[in-house]
Amino acid sequence: MKVWLIVLAAGAITFATRLSFILLFGRLAIPPWLQVALRFVPPAVLTAIFVPELVIRGGALDLTPGNDRLLAGGLAILVAWRTKNVVLTILVGMASLWVLQALS
Amino acid sequence: MKSPRAEFLAGLKAVLPIVVGDIPFGLIYGFIALEAGLSPAASQGMSSILFAGSAQFVSAQLFGLSAPASVIIATASVINLRHLLYSASVAPYLQGLPSRWKWLLAYLLTDEAYAVTITRYQEGEDHSQAHWFFLASGALLWASWQLSTAIGLFLGAMVPESWSLDFTVALTFIALVVPALRDRAAFGAAAVAGLVSVLAFGLPFKLGLFIAALAGILIGVGLEVRR
Repeated sequence: MKVWLIVLAAGAITFATRLSFILLFGRLAIPPWLQVALRFVPPAVLTAIFVPELVIRGGALDLTPGNDRLLAGGLAILVAWRTKNVVLTILVGMASLWVLQALS
Repeated sequence: MKSPRAEFLAGLKAVLPIVVGDIPFGLIYGFIALEAGLSPAASQGMSSILFAGSAQFVSAQLFGLSAPASVIIATASVINLRHLLYSASVAPYLQGLPSRWKWLLAYLLTDEAYAVTITRYQEGEDHSQAHWFFLASGALLWASWQLSTAIGLFLGAMVPESWSLDFTVALTFIALVVPALRDRAAFGAAAVAGLVSVLAFGLPFKLGLFIAALAGILIGVGLEVRR
């Protein structure tokens, strides 16, 4: 029940942002500072999510070579940087995690 | 003048490669939503009600971490704030349409639908029927997102936990973020957000994510303004 309320609330807010200017054309303008700030939302939010997934294991910082996810994630970052290929990045990341887990 | 039918078909054709590229994301979303403990119905419901890839990934992740409702709603909403820009950008072209069209097209206004539709509006002189192009691209994206979510949920239920498929979330974000770090400001925003997310990880209610994102955005704006 609670899950549905959260989904409905987030969905309503998202729909409102999509509808905003289409409905209120000419009566609403985006301030320039907000326009600049919005550009940095995706890199900031997504990085703030994936970095702890790589470096925090079992509730503590783990920067040792024994951290499989850190190594596999680092490899995926290199692949993403060089190829800009989404599917290849995910495949290399998963494959290296599986290999590292099998070796340990 | 182009016919509605011609515009509709052109919309399908323009968005098809993007639709194909989105299928893996729908599948992965289905996997990770289940792994986060969401029911199949709620996972599918999120795809049709929220209908926004990255916000769905993040929400599923936060559900899995048992974050409070307010944090999940606020984070998903902030991620989706960029739709304000899309809305403002297409608004002038939709002004002659009846309200039901505006509401329907707003619901279908995703990153992908925006990308192909704004190109259509900006390239030609005659926009009188281009809302059919918008509708076609948005509707095809919608249908394929629902279907790939459903397939992901179906397959995900059969995958054992030892496969560590939850790691696909981090990998997906890496694949989306890293190639987009083209300038110093974007790089600074990501680097600071990543650093603060680790330093603030222990904060209650998953507030660390919020503070880290905010710090990253501020640094990005600061570097951009100084240029």
